[in-house]
Amino acid sequence: MIALGDHAEFILAAYAGVFVTLALVISWTVVAARRTTRRLEELGDTRRADNANP
Amino acid sequence: MATDAVQKMTFWNRLAHPGQFVQWTRPLVWPLAGLSLVLFLAGLYFAFFVSPAEKYMGDTVRIMYVHVPSAWLSQFVYATMAASALGTLIWRHPMADVSMKAAAPLGATFTAMALFTGALWGRPTWGTFWEWDGRMTSTLVLLFIYFGIIALWRAFDDQLRAARVVAVFTLVGAVNIPIIKFSVDWWSTLHQPASVFRADGPTMPPEILTPLFVMFFAFTLLFAVLQLVGMHTEVRRRRVTTLERRAARGESR
Amino acid sequence: MSAFAAMLKRELRLSLRGGGEMLTLVLFFVIVGAVVPFAVGPDKALLSRIAPGVIWIAAFLAMLLGLEKLFGPDRDDGTLALYRLADLPLAAIVAAKVIAHWLTAALPLILASPALALLLAMDAETFWRTLLSLLLGTPALAGFGAIGAALTVATRRGGLLAPILIAPLSVPVLIFGVGAISPSGGADQAQVAALLLAALSLTVATLSPFAAALAIDWGED
Repeated sequence: MIALGDHAEFILAAYAGVFVTLALVISWTVVAARRTTRRLEELGDTRRADNANP
Repeated sequence: MATDAVQKMTFWNRLAHPGQFVQWTRPLVWPLAGLSLVLFLAGLYFAFFVSPAEKYMGDTVRIMYVHVPSAWLSQFVYATMAASALGTLIWRHPMADVSMKAAAPLGATFTAMALFTGALWGRPTWGTFWEWDGRMTSTLVLLFIYFGIIALWRAFDDQLRAARVVAVFTLVGAVNIPIIKFSVDWWSTLHQPASVFRADGPTMPPEILTPLFVMFFAFTLLFAVLQLVGMHTEVRRRRVTTLERRAARGESR
Repeated sequence: MSAFAAMLKRELRLSLRGGGEMLTLVLFFVIVGAVVPFAVGPDKALLSRIAPGVIWIAAFLAMLLGLEKLFGPDRDDGTLALYRLADLPLAAIVAAKVIAHWLTAALPLILASPALALLLAMDAETFWRTLLSLLLGTPALAGFGAIGAALTVATRRGGLLAPILIAPLSVPVLIFGVGAISPSGGADQAQVAALLLAALSLTVATLSPFAAALAIDWGED
């Protein structure tokens, strides 16, 4: 890592904030997807509209 | 072949049927996610190890590599929502509803990120976290519009009705955003004649443009992946609602 | 046209019969403005400097307050469903309602603004410009208000939602409204702001009935 000069804390804070937020959004998306899939299985969905089988 | 019928469906038909849409776009998710990850890693490498410090702004220019893509997405996501709103209003396209709903929280997130990185960039370069300059102010107003859209979605139980009402508001907002931008620019130049910051300053050298472009595509692809997965989840969530309603009806009988 | 006139008359008569509400609105407007000196101190120079902004904010808030009764009562007693089936296009009905809303919720505020001007130490010339700017700008607020009320009319808990939706859209109205009164950039900029405000009002007042009618039509089924 190269030296970041006088304002290193601002740069690092910006990157940390961005990537923590992105991680949160990604995990929220994944959790929501999993939860709906599980709920769909609980309900005994027969159509499986979301699966790749024709 | 059974799939021939599917193949012969027009592009729009294929897009319109929720099951077809999911089936058709699911294979895209992982490759796009992988590409986005690779670009993020490359972008970070370029941003911290290749890019030199800028002549005027010094090392803080590195914040630009995350700030500009977020700011771009804050507007691009709104454009996506407005296009989907047209799809809802004109063609009653079922996937347009889903697309609008999946995009709203993503747009709000990217707008908030643009404001956050902008503030952290502003402190060292302008000496203040917040400046009522045209660009930041209109981004803040855009964030409020996103919050309004999310609140409007949540105010309805029936998502089909919600979609049409939200579509009207999204389009009203889309017509208004240029006016807001113009008025805010007029207002900020009136109150601070000495401009503190101009992005269209000296042309950027390629060492700075490379990470910017890499990050730009990484962010945009990530949005595409999140949008697709969000839409798939929303399609299934509607199926869950249908099944739950059916189950409740069956039990009460 | 006669159906439109009848709509307008009905709306006005309903609002005037519940005249207490109009008085409440005016009182709210004056009290919001009168509370400001308690918060910032009775310094006359400061007050006259911020007076245009205060009057605009008070008018903005007061107009938001009256939104619930724009479509709410009609929704509750089922009149709104009948309007959708009427011969008169829904947009025309909404337009009549917007005009009535302006006459009963904006005009009283403008008439009451001298009281606030006095309390906030405005000079006569600024006051006349304030009057002009309120006259030019409040139609846009009424139009945005109609959109917000129409978007939330189908939701049961829409009371607080409409202001949240409208406030960001109304930013240009506030900017040009205050800009037309107290120009930091000189008298010609004030004129520019007044013209832009008038243009905005005309556009919003013309287009908002259609948007609001669309929202009502598609939210209510």
